[in-house]
Amino acid sequence: MIPPAFEYARPETVEEAVRLLAEAGDEAKVLAGGQSLLPLLRLRLAFPELVVDVGRIPGLRGVREDGDTLVIGALTTHHEVIRDPLVRRHAGLLAAATATVADPAVRHRGTLGGSLAHADPAGDLPAVVLALDGELVAAGPEGRRTVPAREFFVDYLQSALSPDELLIEIRVPKADGWGFHYEKFHRVAQSWAIVGVAALVRREDGRIAEARVGLTNMGATPLRASAAETALAGADGPDPVRRAASGAAEGTRPGQDASASPEYRAHLARVLTERAVLTAAGMG
Amino acid sequence: MTHITVNVDGTTYEDDVEPRLLLAHYLRDRLGLTGTPIGCDTSNCGACTVELDGASAKSCSVLAVQADGCAVTTVQGLARNGELTALQRAFHEQHGLQCGYCTPGMIMAARDLLRENPHPTSDEVRHALEGNLCRCTGYQNIVRAVLAASGQQDGSGPADRTRDASGQQVTEEVTA
Repeated sequence: MIPPAFEYARPETVEEAVRLLAEAGDEAKVLAGGQSLLPLLRLRLAFPELVVDVGRIPGLRGVREDGDTLVIGALTTHHEVIRDPLVRRHAGLLAAATATVADPAVRHRGTLGGSLAHADPAGDLPAVVLALDGELVAAGPEGRRTVPAREFFVDYLQSALSPDELLIEIRVPKADGWGFHYEKFHRVAQSWAIVGVAALVRREDGRIAEARVGLTNMGATPLRASAAETALAGADGPDPVRRAASGAAEGTRPGQDASASPEYRAHLARVLTERAVLTAAGMG
Repeated sequence: MTHITVNVDGTTYEDDVEPRLLLAHYLRDRLGLTGTPIGCDTSNCGACTVELDGASAKSCSVLAVQADGCAVTTVQGLARNGELTALQRAFHEQHGLQCGYCTPGMIMAARDLLRENPHPTSDEVRHALEGNLCRCTGYQNIVRAVLAASGQQDGSGPADRTRDASGQQVTEEVTA
């Protein structure tokens, strides 16, 4: 199908992009890699008056270190994230989960910042950045502000970004020494996760000292399985992990669609949390 | 209208286009390069896959204005003086198609794989083609064609090594 007509601008700086967004009120959409926006436009689910193509703004692409933090430019593509040596060394969960996103052609174009700003709870990367305790840096007319991932995902397809703000970088604490695994349950290769679980585990003396569990598609936003995380502390083998994982769906409100009922999603969250944590802990 | 300059299959074009024009429609309707088909409205099928600055992209999910200043290679830009590439020949020889609608996208996606991984396993070929749907072949001959193009086998060559779901090495006999 043919997208609806829109005006197009290709700013060359963050400041110019923010000015264009501010002038357009809430009638503009940001275009980065376009792998979420273009399907929406083609299916006529979005009708922006202005599309602001930020894809060529220099300085928003690539990964660097800032002390104990990894700083990932919002325009870094999935393809680049998967192969980046810093991401692989310090945030292996992100590289592993990104490798499950869509397919190679989509990963060449799609960006980390774009998939987070899109805030789809069925997307893989929001739950991953949530589990990593990441922070998102936005540029707006008043300057820059940093939003913790826990506050960034507000509702279905809705982030904490205001219409005149642009996501410019993602900051992730280095997770050196943490085991990790992303367990994704989907019907066919390139479909969305029915449920996904992102697990990070730190072990001490053969026990789980600390665990973080992010849930994909278990509500209107990505969620942390807080009850399971608490219960996982001290787990020293498969049985305690299974008992702890039985609380993975507590506090979630999974939806109903053609793929799954809320009850089935809750079941998946428990089973996938067990699998993801066991694998992350090397106990699987 | 937005002015764009795009190099497609070695020829540079300058055009004024509507921003909403998809690259797939630009190639087909404006340039007449109908070798790149459009198979779906959902980004799922991969039939319209081309190379954009050397990396595979679904041309239904790229605006023509995003290709401004870029080099696009379509399936029509692969053969030189009527001489098919090894990969194209392999699709022919291994019968890697029936209706042929998915073939341009399969070939462009497989090129991408072989550039990064010149000697893939059959499992790696399947993963690399996960964004490309074929409704005729059941994929067997497509995978064979890509393996043949990688020089690993000609369809009657050595057994193919792959892994089953549990990660165990298994051996799968491949016959022409």
